Amino acid sequence: MTAAGTTTAARADFSSIVRLDQVQKFFGPIQALQDISLEIGRNEIVGLIGDNGAGKSTLIKVMTGVMQPTAGRIFVRDKEIKLSDYSVRMAHDLSIETVYQDRSLADKQPLWRNFFVGRQITNRFGFIDIKKEKQIADQILKGAIGFRSEGITVDSTVANLSGGERQGIAIGRAMHYNADLIILDEPTVALAVAEVRKVLDFVRRIKESGRACIYIEHNLAHVHEVADRLIVLDRGKVVAEILPKDMTVFELTEFLIELQHGQ
Amino acid sequence: MAKVRGGPSLVERFEGLPIIVVFFLLLALFMYTAPQVFLQPFIYTTFLSTLPPLMLLAVGLTFVIGAGEIDLSFPAIISFSGFVFAILFKDYDLGWLAVIAALASGVLVGFLNGIIIAKIGIPSFIATLGTQFFWFGAATVLSGGKSYALRGAEESSVWQVIVGRPFEGSETAWVAQLPMQAFWTLVIVLVLWMILKRHRFGEHVLFIGDSNEVSRVLGIDVDREKIKVFTLMGALAAVAAIMLTLENKNFFGNQGQGYLLTAIASVLIGGTSIFGGRATVIGTVFGAAIILMIEPALVATGLTGAWVRTVQGLVFLIAIIFYLYMDEPQRRAAFFARMGWSSKSGSRQAAAPPSEPAPPGAGVTGK
Repeated sequence: MTAAGTTTAARADFSSIVRLDQVQKFFGPIQALQDISLEIGRNEIVGLIGDNGAGKSTLIKVMTGVMQPTAGRIFVRDKEIKLSDYSVRMAHDLSIETVYQDRSLADKQPLWRNFFVGRQITNRFGFIDIKKEKQIADQILKGAIGFRSEGITVDSTVANLSGGERQGIAIGRAMHYNADLIILDEPTVALAVAEVRKVLDFVRRIKESGRACIYIEHNLAHVHEVADRLIVLDRGKVVAEILPKDMTVFELTEFLIELQHGQ
Repeated sequence: MAKVRGGPSLVERFEGLPIIVVFFLLLALFMYTAPQVFLQPFIYTTFLSTLPPLMLLAVGLTFVIGAGEIDLSFPAIISFSGFVFAILFKDYDLGWLAVIAALASGVLVGFLNGIIIAKIGIPSFIATLGTQFFWFGAATVLSGGKSYALRGAEESSVWQVIVGRPFEGSETAWVAQLPMQAFWTLVIVLVLWMILKRHRFGEHVLFIGDSNEVSRVLGIDVDREKIKVFTLMGALAAVAAIMLTLENKNFFGNQGQGYLLTAIASVLIGGTSIFGGRATVIGTVFGAAIILMIEPALVATGLTGAWVRTVQGLVFLIAIIFYLYMDEPQRRAAFFARMGWSSKSGSRQAAAPPSEPAPPGAGVTGK
């Protein structure tokens, strides 16, 4: 609950970690994102909500370099990004990490490989320092993630973990890499209640450690519980920004249903 | 519940353990059924000269299958690169340049396979089925269907270095027969083993085999790594072609055809997952040894050569089914349930939460 947390909080030389300005994304003739402008502060949890097909996933992919936007501008720490250069690797270098619901960990691989893949600790010939990787993985597991008694070791394969544990591993990995922004893509889908609690605790830990988080969620109760601010997407547009304290979960649900019917 | 969950089992800690045990059991069996062959040293020196091409192909395929792909075109690369080598070596007398040209041709064909699969996006099964016809056809057209006898090749330094017998003068008959290709193969296999286990590239191969999507998200350049895998396969097929042509002192267009089943079988018998994501070079080495051992064993036992393929195919199927059920506890449980047996297989499975099994067939064709 302590370790990896404290390091980044001190860096305060920017006002927003990510800002999008008039971002558009077309798939052929279909416009998936329309004039998206939004800003994510340094240490806030922003809930991103909206119906299926509202453009949440596309927005995240654009923000994290998986896809290029058709038009618009992206700023990271107040500096504009050259879109043609933007990639997942560059997003990693800029301390932006994404945790996808079921696509963040490779099932058949041991945890230690999952922690380091894509940025292995190697010698100059590209051979991995397995001992060191395992040792650091063990620290992350016991420290940042707080797995002590669950019987999970760095040699455990991902397939043997529960859904909540997997999210914990992925979030812990993101925190280890000192991500200033962690994006969670529906981390509680298909999880049992107890597992959901664990994940929400992980989300709170992100905030406590001084980072920002974008939390995409279908379940309004979950996101209402942890988010500082909610952004509502509908058919590729930002249609509302809501503070959870201004609305109960019930009112929020009503609001979204009305939004669907209203158009 | 302090029990360690999902840690490495015995099988995972000792790479290729089941297949090594099976290998030695089979060897003991053959020593019993055909002592006149398997208790003599010559069968083993013969293996050392015939095993290398199969070994190289199988180890290359371990990477391909580990990455969740398949390559059916390597027999055609053996024909094509073998032809390139034979014609340059014999008709143009180019010596080592012929070796380099043959290697380059294998690399090129493999690279093109990679481009078709990774960049154009054709599933590897179909893509390499197509390229296999193309390159086999090209070799046949260019050679006019002729074979090339490399008479006197053993005088050349190429032959001496690649497939020579360095201890020819030895008093002991079996030492005199030790072939160079066994040495080169050992070196290549050791390097590739280290790469798969410890190198960044090997790790990427396994993650890609596990899931292309996850690999992309984790920042692996999936397309580039796949192209590398197929290029590696092409290069190894070319090495196998050169060794075969030199060892036989003859090139003929069909020389690679027998390796399709045996190489794939070696990999899968060795324990590399047909779904990708898990691969073992050690397993493949012993798998190839088993596949190759079956032939003299059956013949020595008095069965005809026609039995060889039958038995190899049978061993292949048994191995796949065995690993499938080893790999995936859900399938094993479902199988036992179907048979009306209750599954009593231990706490590890009971402790594991239900996790989604890979859909059958996923991974093989690339997503």
